[in-house]
Order: sequence, then structure tokens, then C-alpha cells
Amino acid sequence: MERFILFTVNGFAFGAIYASVALALVIIWRATRVLNFAQGAQAVASAYVAWSVTDATGSFWLGVLAALVSGLVIGALVQLTVFRKAESMPHLNAVIVGVGLLILIQAVLGMAYSVETTRTIDAAFSSSKWQVAGTPLVSPQDVFVLGSVLLVMAGIGYLMAKTPVGLRMRAAAFAPDTARLMGVKVSRMLTLGWAVAGLAGAVAAILVVPTSAELTPQVMDGVFVLGFTAAVVGGLDSLVGAVVGGLGVGLVLSYTSGYLSSDLLYPAALVLLIVILLVKPEGLFSAAQARRV
Amino acid sequence: MNVLRSSTLLRNLAATAIFLVIGFLAVYSVDEYTAGTVAKLALYICAALGLTVLVGGNGQISLGHAALMAIGAYTMAKFLPSRTDDFGQVSIGVIVVGLILAIAVTTLVGAVIGVAAARLRGPYLAGATLALGVAVPGVTTYFHDTFNGEQGLPIPVPRLPASLESAGWTIGHVVALIAIACAAVALLLMANLKRSAVGRHLAAVRDHEISAQLCGLSVPREQVRAFAFSAATAGVGGGLLGLVIQGANPHSFGLVLSLSVLGAVVIGGLGSLRGAIWGSIVVVYLDLILKDELKVDPNAPAAAYGLLLIVVMLAMPGGIQGLLTRLGGRLPRRSAQPQGGN
Repeated sequence: MERFILFTVNGFAFGAIYASVALALVIIWRATRVLNFAQGAQAVASAYVAWSVTDATGSFWLGVLAALVSGLVIGALVQLTVFRKAESMPHLNAVIVGVGLLILIQAVLGMAYSVETTRTIDAAFSSSKWQVAGTPLVSPQDVFVLGSVLLVMAGIGYLMAKTPVGLRMRAAAFAPDTARLMGVKVSRMLTLGWAVAGLAGAVAAILVVPTSAELTPQVMDGVFVLGFTAAVVGGLDSLVGAVVGGLGVGLVLSYTSGYLSSDLLYPAALVLLIVILLVKPEGLFSAAQARRV
Repeated sequence: MNVLRSSTLLRNLAATAIFLVIGFLAVYSVDEYTAGTVAKLALYICAALGLTVLVGGNGQISLGHAALMAIGAYTMAKFLPSRTDDFGQVSIGVIVVGLILAIAVTTLVGAVIGVAAARLRGPYLAGATLALGVAVPGVTTYFHDTFNGEQGLPIPVPRLPASLESAGWTIGHVVALIAIACAAVALLLMANLKRSAVGRHLAAVRDHEISAQLCGLSVPREQVRAFAFSAATAGVGGGLLGLVIQGANPHSFGLVLSLSVLGAVVIGGLGSLRGAIWGSIVVVYLDLILKDELKVDPNAPAAAYGLLLIVVMLAMPGGIQGLLTRLGGRLPRRSAQPQGGN
């Protein structure tokens, strides 16, 4: 039972991180039908910004703030420089551009931050678990992770659903021509969408980097794949789906690696991804849609 | 010349012969260290030729091709060690058998992956193949008894024929020769494939699935075929890489390799076989020149070809071959498609 609780809590904590990556992917997918393969690398770039700011000022929270701001800025920059053109190209080209950007960002980070120093980002709160009736239950960090992701989702959901900007963003995504005729600056809305996605990615990076031994340019490669799996499980089109998908994937993988072997984390994700794609390719939360040709 | 123009097979044979002669001359004229580079280039060409047929020729994508290459290498590592002589070396004949076995196994696996891939499109397929590539280390660690985890398995070196040894050749030269020969065979087969009925079926599926279906083609079948072809050459490429690094381990077949081969294909020009060769040269030599000659940051080659990938995709999707065709001032002979050309 103790193991089960441990795996469940870990599953939720990691699932929240996958959900955050999935949110970033879904926001961009909804707006532009591009799957941003550079999302993980962009998030790592934000994590490096956080490390640099914390290193210079000594303040953890200033670093977090810097990461969030840099997430927004990098997201917007990426859209303005590279993807504005790639968006209108065939899927394949956009994928390859994303891959190119992934390689480029990782290489630039590798050049800017020498491997001689070991860099880590601390967890915001203690990772030692609170005991309930002698059983270790959750740690403050677990609560922080889950809470941040839910907050981000709620914030993005509110922005999209309840604010005039969100309305314009949705209009720009679903009917760009009509939106343009109604006076919406579509390109600006798309840039904003990429910026918000960058923010969600940065949140994921701040939450996941403390769980790995060291901050490296490749630290998010695996997390990106798991976030993608989560997004596909949720349906790539739905913000709620991304979060539920993330938590679900987190739980499944936590049980697999807990009860079977931690080596099976990525193989299990692959199997999960293939099964979902073959059985219910539109995901759990997305309206059925004919393939566009 | 007229014969060459009218017969695809003869033209491709001539091109392959030229490739072989240049390759053999290259191996003949260099030292052992450079022979290693030639071998690396040849195995990149092998893998890139298949990937360009998959991506450019059939419109699918794979971000996990290194996983297929790993299967080729692990097949070699399972087959060769029990067939060594007293010096721990294997004869070239055994290596050829090993490579053929590597092709068979990867083709089979590729076809199975292809069945799943045929139901996926664009970004979904890209993500799924990426997940495949990322899963390799976990599999090798979980089945530790079979794959020996992170350490991987050793692959024996080929035995140097006495006649070559007396002529001053080394084992590195022999490996490079084998690699060149494999790349030449792959080039010949893929070039013929492109102009064959099957190749045109692949292209039809790429250009318009519904039209292809209306012409009586089975879209999934063509997509599985494309995946199997590309897996076959990836298997050879992986087996050769195993020979070069004398082992099979998950680290050497990681994301970096998958993306480098994809980079070679894109930079050379999607769908173009000649482009796959140019692209492989760019990727291999960028690495060599920036890292070993100029001794700039070890990340510089990756930065350079990441940037190249973006620029090529946005500004000249035809890649190097497309640029050459345009510079040559002639239209593609047979196909109006920007992804055409041979």
C-alpha cells in the first residue's frame, strides 16, 4: 500500500510536468496546426536563464520569474523568426524546421554554458514527504508542482475563454480570414499564442529540472516525448485533455516504472502512444475530425 | 550516350560504377584515420538513401531512424562474435552474411513499424518515431542479458586478407571498402527503385493519397513498403557503424544520430538520391572540420547544421541538389515536382 501511494503521488507530480509540456504543444497546435518539436529545447533555454539569474542574484524566485518571462519572449521570438513562414508550409516542413531549431538551441546552449560547471536548479520546496499515520504521503514540492500546473492551466483557460484577447486568439486560430475581416490582428494573436506556450514550457522546465541530476541542454528530450504522448492521449486539441492526458500518462508510467522496472519508462510511453494512436487517434478529449487532405 | 539516356538500369549502373571508382580511389589514397571518415561517410550515405526515399519519396517521416540502425548493429553483434578466428577477427565473407542478416532483421522490424506508421500522419508519425528512438536505451537496459545495457556488445573486426596486408592496407581500409561497396549497392537499388513502378507508386501516395487510392493503389501497403526499404538501408548503415566503432551500444545510436541522418537528407534535398550523398558529405565533414580541424566548440557542428536545416527548409526546400539543378539552368527532366530529380 505504501508503494502504491508513493507511485500514485509521483505519478501525479510527474504527470503534472508532462501536462505542462502538453499544454504548450496543444496551444500551438490549436492555433497553427504545427507541432513544435523545439518546445523542449526552448524550455531548457528558459531553465538556463533561471539558473543564470539565480546564480547572479542568489534569489531562487527571481530566477523563476526570469524563466517565465524568457519563456514568453523565446516563444514569441521563435514564432516571429522561424515559424511565421513555416506555419503555412506542409506539415513535414514545419516538423523539420522544429527539429532544426531543437538542434540549434541545444547546440547554442552547449556553447554558451561550458560542461565544466555542474548546474542544478533546486526544488522550490522540500521534497521530504509529510507523514500521515506513519505513511509518507506527499511532499511540499509535489503540491507545488501540481498546484503550479493547475494554476497555469486555469490561467490559460481563463485567458482563452473569458477575456477579449482570448476571444481574438480563438478567432484567429479557427477562422483566420474572418477574424482578419473583423479587425483582429491575426499574426499578432499567433505570436501571442506561441509566447503563452513558451511560458507553459518554461513552467515545465522549472518543475522537471530539479528532479534530474544536472541541467544539460538535453535534459528535456525525454520529457518532451512524454509531454507529446500526453498531448496525443488528450487529443492535441483540448487544454483540459492535455492536463488529464498528462496526469494519466504520469500515473501509467509511474506504475510501470515502479512495479516493473524504471528502464521501461520510455518503452512504456512508446507502447502507450502507439496504442492510443491506433485505437483512438483523435485522443480522448478531441471531437472526431475527418483527416484533411 | 543514347543508350544511357534510354536505359535507366544502364544509367544507374554507370552512376554506381563512378561512385565505386571514386570511393575506392578515396580509400586507396588515404591513411587509416581518414579511411575511418570515408567509412563513416559511406554508412551515412547508406542510411540517408533510404531515409530520403521515405521522407522525400513517400512523404512519411522518421525522427527515430537511429533505432533501426541500432537493430542492424545489434544483429551484427549477435551474429559475428561466435564466428571469429583465433585472433578474434572474422572473414569478410562472414561480415557480408552478417550485413545481409542485419538487412533482413531491420527490414522485418521496419515493416512492422511501417504498419503502425501507415495509420499516422505528419506530426503524429514524427512524434511516434521520436518516441521509438528515445526508447532504445531503456530496452537495452531492461533486456540486459541480451543487449548488455549501456555497455553494449562488442563487434569483431574483419580479417585483413594477406595480399592486402602486404600492400600496406589496414583493417580500417577494409572496413571503408566494405562500407563503400554497401553504399554503392544501396545507391543502385534505390536509384532503380525510384524509376520503377514501385517508386512511382510511392511518389503517387506522397503527392495525393486519394488520387493514388482511386488509381487502385493501396496507400497503407505503399507506406509500409517505403518504411521497409528505408529500414533496410538503415540496417546496413547501422551494421557498418557497428563495424566502425567495433560495437553496438545505445549511446552511439541516440537522438543525435537520428537527427544527423535526417539533417543530411534535408540539406541534400528531400527525395533526391544525389542529394543524400551531398547532404551526408556536408554533415560528416562539418563535424570533422569544425571539431577536429578548427577545434572550435564541440557543439559548433550541431549549431551549424541545425541552422542549415532551418534555412534550407524555409528558403530552399530543394536542398543542395535543388540548388545545383537550378544553377545548372535546366528543369528537372522527368518530374515537375520540386522533390523530384534523381
